[in-house]
Amino acid sequence: MKVLFFARVREALDCPSLELTWSHELGSLDALQAHLCATGGERWTEVLGEDNMIRAVNQAVVEGDCPLADGDEVAFFPPVTGG
Amino acid sequence: MASPLLKVLVQREDFDIAALQRDLLQGDHQEGAVAGFTGYVRAANEQRRLHTMELEHYPGMTERSIEEILSQAAARWPVLAATVVHRIGELCPGDQIVWVGVASAHREAAFEACEFVMDYLKTRAPFWKRELGDDGGRWVDARDSDDQRAARWHEGDAD
Repeated sequence: MKVLFFARVREALDCPSLELTWSHELGSLDALQAHLCATGGERWTEVLGEDNMIRAVNQAVVEGDCPLADGDEVAFFPPVTGG
Repeated sequence: MASPLLKVLVQREDFDIAALQRDLLQGDHQEGAVAGFTGYVRAANEQRRLHTMELEHYPGMTERSIEEILSQAAARWPVLAATVVHRIGELCPGDQIVWVGVASAHREAAFEACEFVMDYLKTRAPFWKRELGDDGGRWVDARDSDDQRAARWHEGDAD
C-alpha cells in the first residue's frame, strides 16, 4: 500500500511517501491514520489530525472513513490552492 | 452531437494561448463562441512581494480531477470542446499559470462553463502554491471565497 503526503503536510512530516504492507489492522483509512500516528509519534498525530486535512484513496477525495484494500494508494494533503 | 473534445495538460513549460484556442476549433464551424480564462502570477500577494512561486501537484490525481471537472461541465452545458492547461514547478511574477478555454455554439454556455471549470479547479484540483518572498517561503492558504464561488454551482443540487 502506498501512502503519499503533499505540500505543507509533506514538509511538516519530512516525508513524501511510505510503502506499507497491507494487513487487516490497516483495513480502513482511520485505522491507517491511527497506525501512522502511533508509529510517528506526536508530530504525526498533530499534523495528520489537523482540521482541514484532506484524505484521498486511489486519487479520489474521501469524506469520513472507508475500507482499504491491498494495493490502494492513500494520500494526505492540505486544502488545494491551484489556479 | 459528437462527444465533446476535452483536453487536460499539466506541464512545466509556458503555453501559447492562440495555438490552444485554435485547437479548440474542430473545423466544422459549429463553434459560435470560445470563452477563455488566463491566470497569471501576481507580483505581490497580501502585501508580500513575490520572488518566485513553486507549484506542487499530485501527479495522476491532478489530471483525473480536471478531466472529471471538464466532464461535469460538458454534461451541464452544450460544450463542443474544452481545454485546461495548468503549469507546475517554478514560476515568476507575470508568468501564465493556467488557461481554461471552452468552445460552444453560443456565448452563454461558453462563459458559464469556463467559469464553472475555473471555480471547481480552484477548490478540487490538487495543486499547491508555495511563495518565495522577501521574508522566506510560505505555503499559500486556501480561501473561503473560492469555496463559496464553487458552491454557487451546486446550490439546489441533490449532492
